[in-house]
Amino acid sequence: MSFIVNLLLGLLFGVGLVISGMADPAKVLNFLDLAGTWDPSLAFVMGGAVIVAFFGYRVVLGRKRPLLAPDFQLPKRSAIDGRLVAGAAIFGLGWGLGGFCPGPALTSLGFAETGTLIFVPAMFAGMLAAKWLARA
Amino acid sequence: MTEFTPVASLIGGALIGLSAVLLMALEGRIAGISGIAARLLPPYHKGGVLSRLGFVLGLVLAPLLDALVSGAPVVQTVSSNLPLMLIAGLLVGFGSVYGSGCTSGHGVCGLARLSPRSLVATLVFMAVAIATVFVVRHLA
Repeated sequence: MSFIVNLLLGLLFGVGLVISGMADPAKVLNFLDLAGTWDPSLAFVMGGAVIVAFFGYRVVLGRKRPLLAPDFQLPKRSAIDGRLVAGAAIFGLGWGLGGFCPGPALTSLGFAETGTLIFVPAMFAGMLAAKWLARA
Repeated sequence: MTEFTPVASLIGGALIGLSAVLLMALEGRIAGISGIAARLLPPYHKGGVLSRLGFVLGLVLAPLLDALVSGAPVVQTVSSNLPLMLIAGLLVGFGSVYGSGCTSGHGVCGLARLSPRSLVATLVFMAVAIATVFVVRHLA
C-alpha cells in the first residue's frame, strides 16, 4: 500500500519537474547565470511549490496524524551549524557544475544521457560517503 | 539560451508542492529527494526502504507518463563533460546528505515550514551555485 502511494506521489513530483523545466540542466544553469543568459523560470517553480506546500502544510499539520502513518515525522534538528552550511555549500557547488540536483537527476535517468548515467551513480556514492561519515 | 516559461514552471512547481503536501498528509513525511534516495543505501534504520523505492521509481517513470499525456518530447541538455558530471554527482550526493537536504527538502518543504535551518541552507546553496556558474561561464 505504502509502495503504491509513494509510487504515485513520485510520479506526481516527477511530472512537476518535467512540466516546470527543472529536469533540464540547461534551464537550471541559465537560472543560476544571473550575469549571462538568465532564465528566471525556476523562481516560478520554487515559488509555485513553496506557496502550495505552505498552505497545504498548514491544513495537514493541523490534523492529529497522517492518514496512513501513526505520526508526523518532522526534522528534529534546529541548530544552524557548520555541518548544515558546509553541506549546503558542497551541494551548491555540485549543482552549479552539473545543473542537476537529486530529483531532476533521477527523473532524467530514462533518457539515458551519458552525463546522467555518470552523475547518478556518483551521487549515490557521495550520499553513501556522507552517511558513513555522519555515522562515525 | 532557454525560453522563459513562467506559466509552465508555475504549474509544474505547484504539482511538486502538491506531491509534498500529499506525502505529509498520507505518510507524515517530508518530500526531500536526497533523504528519500539516501535511505535506499546502507546503513538502514527503521525500514521503509520499499516506500522510498516506490517514490524513486515514480520519479524515474514520470517522463514516460508526461510523454503519454502531453504527446510532446521532453527537451533536455545534459553536459557531455563526463569528469565534470562525475565530480558534480559526488558533490551533490555528499553535500545534500551531509547538509540534511537539497532543493526539495530545504528549498521547498523547509521554506514552506518556515524553518530557519532550511532558509540558511537554501541561501547558501543558491549563492554557491550562482557563484559557481559565474566562475565557470564568465571567468574560466
